[in-house]
Amino acid sequence: MVPSRIEKELLIEAPVDVVWRIVTEPDQIKQWFSQEAELDPKEGVGRLAFRDGQTFFLQIEAFEPPRRFAFRWGHSEHTKPRPDNSMLVEFTLQAEAGSTRLRVVESGFDQIGWADEKKSTYFDDHSRGWDFLLGRLRDFAPGAGVAEHE
Amino acid sequence: MSRGVSEETLLEAVADTSRRRVLDLLLAHGEVTPTALAEELPFTRQAVTKHLAVLDRAGLVESSRHGREVRYSIRPEHLDVAVRAMARVAARWDARLEAIKRMAESEAAARRRSVSHRAAQGLE
Repeated sequence: MVPSRIEKELLIEAPVDVVWRIVTEPDQIKQWFSQEAELDPKEGVGRLAFRDGQTFFLQIEAFEPPRRFAFRWGHSEHTKPRPDNSMLVEFTLQAEAGSTRLRVVESGFDQIGWADEKKSTYFDDHSRGWDFLLGRLRDFAPGAGVAEHE
Repeated sequence: MSRGVSEETLLEAVADTSRRRVLDLLLAHGEVTPTALAEELPFTRQAVTKHLAVLDRAGLVESSRHGREVRYSIRPEHLDVAVRAMARVAARWDARLEAIKRMAESEAAARRRSVSHRAAQGLE
């Protein structure tokens, strides 16, 4: 009953390589995601800092140009990401006759150990807490205008 | 949040697995007494009462007295406020994807223009 993932996708009228660079190049990430962005695919780490002062540390789980980019986030700095302290974000790009189908899945909502991780960045970030809440509550509030599908 | 209940209080209230189970049961049953809740949950009536108090402070439940019984139920208007607030934030991924789409499509259009520009020059 508890949804464990948020899944969204859309069709972009642009070639896959263009979309791939926007999704993975720090200079471009700064235009749609965070205020500061660092990514080191070789080391498998990264950092995103947001305008509200929140910083998220990334562990890159997959970096397969131009098809798949996945990372874990939500864990505190110097902490190993685990299913109970972080979420998995996966971008998948699929070429479709010159266009690109971009899909993003954020998963792990069912495995987060909320009670134990109260002090973690993840819990302190209200917006992400709200996302979690949404995942739970939309079952009880159909038609709340949430553009989301499983 | 209305009536001065902060998002933090609300999050605190629902971040606990046991309280989420209490909420689930309340949502499933409508009005329930703490005793009835305790029968369906692996905790004592006392623990259930404590959880209900936390949920009450967060504005998520309300109680009403029926004779000697106190029954608890979800406060739909507060749930609605919460759901709307959450919907705004969940829309973030949509906004991000839309931004990616705008950036990619304008770059692709610029590419096409420069290709056709070069082709036009080639014809001259």
